[in-house]
Amino acid sequence: MEKIKAVIEALIFASDTPLAPEKIRVVFPEVEKTEIREIIDQLVSEYNERQGGMCLQEVAGGFQFRTNPELSQWVKKLKSTKPHSLSPQAMETLAIIAYKQPIVKSEIESIRGVDVGGPLRNLLDKKLIRIVGRKDVPGKPIIYGTTRKFLEVFNLKDIMDLPSLRELKELNRQQEQVELEIEQEIEQKVEEEKIEDISDL
Amino acid sequence: MDNEQNLNYAIKLDIFEGPLDLLLYLIKKNEIDIYNIPVALITEQYLQYLKMIKALNLDLAGEYLVMAATLIHIKSRMLLPPPDEPEEEEEDPRAELVRQLLEHKTFKEIASNLASRPLLERDVFTRASFLPEEIEKSTTDEEELTEVSVFELIEAFHRVLSQLDKKELLEIDLEKLSLTDIINEVMEQLTVTKSSTFEDLLKGKRDRRRVIYTFLAILELIKLRMIKAYQTSIFGVIRIFPAVES
Repeated sequence: MEKIKAVIEALIFASDTPLAPEKIRVVFPEVEKTEIREIIDQLVSEYNERQGGMCLQEVAGGFQFRTNPELSQWVKKLKSTKPHSLSPQAMETLAIIAYKQPIVKSEIESIRGVDVGGPLRNLLDKKLIRIVGRKDVPGKPIIYGTTRKFLEVFNLKDIMDLPSLRELKELNRQQEQVELEIEQEIEQKVEEEKIEDISDL
Repeated sequence: MDNEQNLNYAIKLDIFEGPLDLLLYLIKKNEIDIYNIPVALITEQYLQYLKMIKALNLDLAGEYLVMAATLIHIKSRMLLPPPDEPEEEEEDPRAELVRQLLEHKTFKEIASNLASRPLLERDVFTRASFLPEEIEKSTTDEEELTEVSVFELIEAFHRVLSQLDKKELLEIDLEKLSLTDIINEVMEQLTVTKSSTFEDLLKGKRDRRRVIYTFLAILELIKLRMIKAYQTSIFGVIRIFPAVES
């Protein structure tokens, strides 16, 4: 068992892309898939507990070692390549595609209210989106969807890993709530100070 | 004084991403309830901004004008008295616009949410993160790649055609070619070799129909953004790469 764990760790380390549990089964055909999953989960929590330089993360349907996000400023120093920088326009376009895929250009444009030719080209170049096919309507518009690379870049297990629209609203509502509370606290403090000022007089 | 104000707006205008964005900005600025937009006020302010964009000689995109027309249309519909016999519950003329604004706002939030995730190559790195840099270096050392236009592709096409054996042109070609087949062939070869030149794609079969079909296949694939064409210098060899992962 311990041996299998070590082998799985080695396999994930040696793989250039996120390694799917199914692929690990090629090495251990006799071990059940659920068991492999359990062993990976153990590894994940071991790395989490250790709080070291890297974590074992589930992305794009597989597992991959990734550096701890808190250490990015140091890791970056050794890298001269430009990071994935996306303009707000490209980001919005990508968000719409991610949530509404498969989707055609005109549908994206009706949400954004502007032409999205530029951002689409940019996203295609970066391989974050791909052409899925053509819609069977007049003009045969191109249908877009996100790629595996999108999942890898955005640290997502699969497309269902995206926060749902409802969760997102809940998150924003909570944030507003917190902000409101802070505001109220500040107001309260100001009030108190005023009272103190008055009593000083 | 006036100038100063204009300057102020110029900076602000820069951040608008289209008419919906401008509307959202106006709604926020006026602290308006998005479900109950005072159309007259918003239309007036919207048109003021359009005037300013014009005055600053900025390109006024058509979408802004469409939105202006929509706003005026909604405004006029709201001025009309309700029909005497209300047959069915008439929808608020603003409803469609509000729906659009809300959807736009939601996706702006989602976008900022996505951007705040730990991104690969920005916040987290993998073992392979350092690799592409080295690969890029090794290729750029020998060939500096520049994107080519359709004209250069046509140029290469002409070059191949002119090199054709003239005798071949007299032969009757019985081989049935279809563009779909050639497209598939080109994509297949590209997935194997990762990059190829136009000449390589012809695989030595230099009859005129083959050349034309391969050229058409490349144009179609570029149009579909399935492949990309690069060239090292003017009149250099054009290399074709697959653009989209399958």
